[in-house]
Amino acid sequence: MQKERKREGDVRIPSGCAISGIFRRDGRRIGGEKIVESISVMHDRSNGLGGGFAGYGIYPEYKDLYAFHVFYESTAARQECEAFLERHFDIVNLSKIPVRRTPRITDEPLIWRYFAAPLPTRLAASQLDEREFTARCVVRVNSTVDGAYIFSSGKNMGVFKAVGYPEDVGAFYRLEEYAGYCWTAHGRYPTNTPGWWGGAHPFALLDYSVVHNGEISSYDANRRHIEMFGYRCNLLTDTEVITYVIDYLVRRQGLSLEEAANVIAAPFWSTIDGLPAEKRERMTYLRNAFSSLLITGPFSILLGFTGGMMALNDRLKLRSMVIGEKGDTTYVASEECAIRAVEPALDKLWAPRGGEPVVVTLKGGVR
Amino acid sequence: MEAFGFFYPEYEVVRDGGRCTVCRVCERQCANGVHTYDPERGVMLADETKCVDCQRCVCLCPARALKIVESGNTFRRDENWTAPAISEVCRQAGSGGVLLSSMGNPGKYPVYWDRMLINASQVTNPPIDPLREPMETRTFLGAKPQRIERDEKGRIKNNLAPQLELEVPVMFSAMSYGSISYNAHAALARAAEELGTYYNTGEGGLHEDFYRYGKNTIVQVASGRFGVHKDYLNAGAAIEIKMGQGAKPGIGGHLPGRKIVGDVSRTRMIPEGSDAISPAPHHDIYSIEDLRQLVYSLKEATGYQKPVIVKIAAVHNVAAIASGVARSGADVIAVDGFRGGTGAAPARIRDNVGIPIELALAAVDQRLREEGIRGNVSVVAGGSIRSSADIVKAVALGADAVYIATAALLALGCRLCRSCHQGRCNWGIATQRPELVRRLDPEAGARRLVNLVTAWKHEIEEMMGGMGINSIEALRGNRLMLRGIGMTDRELEILGIRHAGE
Repeated sequence: MQKERKREGDVRIPSGCAISGIFRRDGRRIGGEKIVESISVMHDRSNGLGGGFAGYGIYPEYKDLYAFHVFYESTAARQECEAFLERHFDIVNLSKIPVRRTPRITDEPLIWRYFAAPLPTRLAASQLDEREFTARCVVRVNSTVDGAYIFSSGKNMGVFKAVGYPEDVGAFYRLEEYAGYCWTAHGRYPTNTPGWWGGAHPFALLDYSVVHNGEISSYDANRRHIEMFGYRCNLLTDTEVITYVIDYLVRRQGLSLEEAANVIAAPFWSTIDGLPAEKRERMTYLRNAFSSLLITGPFSILLGFTGGMMALNDRLKLRSMVIGEKGDTTYVASEECAIRAVEPALDKLWAPRGGEPVVVTLKGGVR
Repeated sequence: MEAFGFFYPEYEVVRDGGRCTVCRVCERQCANGVHTYDPERGVMLADETKCVDCQRCVCLCPARALKIVESGNTFRRDENWTAPAISEVCRQAGSGGVLLSSMGNPGKYPVYWDRMLINASQVTNPPIDPLREPMETRTFLGAKPQRIERDEKGRIKNNLAPQLELEVPVMFSAMSYGSISYNAHAALARAAEELGTYYNTGEGGLHEDFYRYGKNTIVQVASGRFGVHKDYLNAGAAIEIKMGQGAKPGIGGHLPGRKIVGDVSRTRMIPEGSDAISPAPHHDIYSIEDLRQLVYSLKEATGYQKPVIVKIAAVHNVAAIASGVARSGADVIAVDGFRGGTGAAPARIRDNVGIPIELALAAVDQRLREEGIRGNVSVVAGGSIRSSADIVKAVALGADAVYIATAALLALGCRLCRSCHQGRCNWGIATQRPELVRRLDPEAGARRLVNLVTAWKHEIEEMMGGMGINSIEALRGNRLMLRGIGMTDRELEILGIRHAGE
């Protein structure tokens, strides 16, 4: 009998990748076909074993509700998960996520979507804020309900991912039917043969979504540290741990994105030692206080969040990443061609330095 | 009864008569009186019953005429009643006393460092060349804040507890003035200053000459409280409470009166010639809540400006003990494994009590994480760190830094004859006899210590670079970078690592 192939969570699988992102600072919404067009140019940077997208501003009609996107391996898993959700949330709408069958995307799980708000009584009894309550529920389902996996859990945003090439994944999910002010995309090149949809990227928790290209050498140091704070790294992937690290630093510790970037892609001590006193003290504090969240090894990441997007390279810039500007739109991609494919006439194009975050926000310009 | 007390010497002095020039250097160098000159025959003689195999004569013989070899006298072969077992019984039958020993447990127990292998990057992730790219080993020891705080302008406030800053995650661990010489301390202090790290006074107080190295000094408070006063506590960069020592967990210390002379007596604040006895427990610490009181007493005495280290021996329940210590206000926990050295310990204790540092460190780090309090304290591992590879493995298991002492003494000349308790150290390290102490030049000793740690730092950087890690904190607790070889599932589980090939 053939042995089951190992999947995410059973084994650590490093992967190379392509990433792409489009952000409209004026808040106007762009159709999902644009991001599919961009990522498809980098076809050779993925190998058909994972592709995915995150869109922000795509559910304006339900913008105050958490949108849960869930993979189920069985009806039993769905029943168990739904029972849990019903105990903790008021579910306003539920349905299968509409898909378009294609021969290039096979073995799909059951894919459901729920729009829900935490039950006020449950929330009050938990003594947590709404986001922490929701995050804990998501972590709980993903680590305890066998065969159920919540892969998207933010408000007015959604993740769409599958095993396949990203352009096929986009077609499968009918992304042209969605429109958002921000899109990120990922094409995956894992060094193993996972067969599980949950292992594709983006990885998301609440409204944070991360697409990532690289293999971080600090993985287990970061994982073992972040797990002290209630996170469970079930997938053993870099993207999962990076998402939790950002969630911890920004949402739970209250750091700004730039401060978080100074933790995870910290400047070298030789740079810090040469800074003016006040800045030196702040940088030293951040590196010391959060030393276990320094991320080493090659990475380029795109972080999506409500109202903004951040691009960040590792501190040695061991992965390619370029940024383009055209009017109110910012483009980020592993390769320039992925930007030129959707916007040939750019106002500006540059490669940010290692460890220097580029943050774009609605009407906030580029920092 | 003479016959009962005689054992053929374990080591034999082999002198090449063709090379020996009868210069008598060996005779002058041997404080044990092994070598003598026979004027009638014009040759050198050797009394091997006095030889401890310290290699001093071998190293200094200008004609390379000397070597020390095992003498080869054998009891009838017995896998159970080995030669040491037989001779120790006979010795105790003669003396009625406890057998004394020095330095670390030499027994045939597993060395887990040698059963762990380190990872390197291939293809998916580039190795980093430390000659081309920055490679960072700077380490801070001390409690980390639970939450950030901001001032009214929104700037992050520096709410860090006092920290120790190390340029390389290696410190010299506690060896008291008295157990080792003035010159040995001087060498350690100077090397610590030059390396940007720390040395540790041990429990014998701090000689007044060394107050100037205070910012690179850890002052120790042990159960005897020798040499402890307010200025002493404030002289160092940190204070270490010694609860236990890996070589002799559960017992105190005993520095014989003959070593309490001159400056040693003054530094320890006890009369000359009196035995310095450290009780087994601190008599004001019979439980964890008492430890908390001592930690805060010391913090009060130093205005909350110094991190407090609590040093414990690696014993069976070390993880739970460390978890208690982490809640006691301590800033750093130092765990000392059963192979750690000592200037004198009962041999039975040294050879049978305690557990390996590798297992203790892994268990402590894991327990502190499970309880979510790993950030409350830094963890320092000691008790036989022999090389830079041991350091990389210790950090990957979860240590913030390591303590070295035996390796430091080797750098100063020690050849591990394990006879420190006799006070006749021919290398001028574990002795107070001025003519022997003089043999250790503090300047040359400091240079050799700096060389050793610098060499190790280079090697650590090479190994980190190979793993694609360019800062030591990304290695800390990064157990995926280790694989076990030839271990049982249980051992792997305790170490929290996978087997090679997995």
